[in-house]
Amino acid sequence: MGVLKKIANNCEHATFLIEKKLIKRLSISERIFLKIHLAGCGLCRLYQSQTTKINQMIQRLFRDANGSNARLADEVKKEMQDRIEEELNKN
Amino acid sequence: MIDPHNWVKAHADYLYAYTRARINDEEQARDLVQETFLAALEKIKTFEGRSSERTWLTAILRNKIIDQYRKKSSVLLNHDVKHTEDEPADFFDHETGHWNSEPAPKNFGIDDYDPLRSKEFDDILMKCMQKLPALWLSVFTMKHMDDEPTETILAELKLTAGNFWVIIHRAKLNLRACLQKNWI
Repeated sequence: MGVLKKIANNCEHATFLIEKKLIKRLSISERIFLKIHLAGCGLCRLYQSQTTKINQMIQRLFRDANGSNARLADEVKKEMQDRIEEELNKN
Repeated sequence: MIDPHNWVKAHADYLYAYTRARINDEEQARDLVQETFLAALEKIKTFEGRSSERTWLTAILRNKIIDQYRKKSSVLLNHDVKHTEDEPADFFDHETGHWNSEPAPKNFGIDDYDPLRSKEFDDILMKCMQKLPALWLSVFTMKHMDDEPTETILAELKLTAGNFWVIIHRAKLNLRACLQKNWI
């Protein structure tokens, strides 16, 4: 009973493992800990579902930023090409 | 085929968008693109034509972006691992080991929305992300956009595994709490 209690009474470690799991495969003992904890803890189950969604949203945000939106102004581009030509002419 | 006279026209927008997706600062992103072209000129002889010109330029740029991450992380590492000012004193009750009631997860907007479609959420998300340590964003970007193995991230950012997981954990606790607090 002592071990189960320790697992139940450790939301900090459970959320730590939830975050780790989003990045890396957990070890067997970590998986057992998390499974037992989540079975008895609604708050951490909610945390898990929310933090997983947050990751998806950030990824989408990054992907959108990587899309066609970001463009350089023409004058910035001209400056850039001028700098390149300047270097090329040095040689 | 390599043609520096055509670099800006052919690749500048692509490289800029690539950078902006990874560095949240327009001016810095512009500088990095410019530096990439100049660095590429210097090592133009090492271009062997095994990859395309764009792939080669992107690899140079990517190293520069990671240098930026590394600079930020060495400055901020101490700060990152400590608590930030906005952070609730404690997410967890150290007596019981359970969530404290104020920062405990509650149902809020995010639970009812399809996160892949909800644009309304983006403003709040960006605002909350700006409060996070720069190092966390670097780690997240390398992991989720470039799909780097954790070991590579640790080596490139000169982090220990212990620090890495602490940073990830605390940042996500804070990010989720910030979203819950600011969702109307």
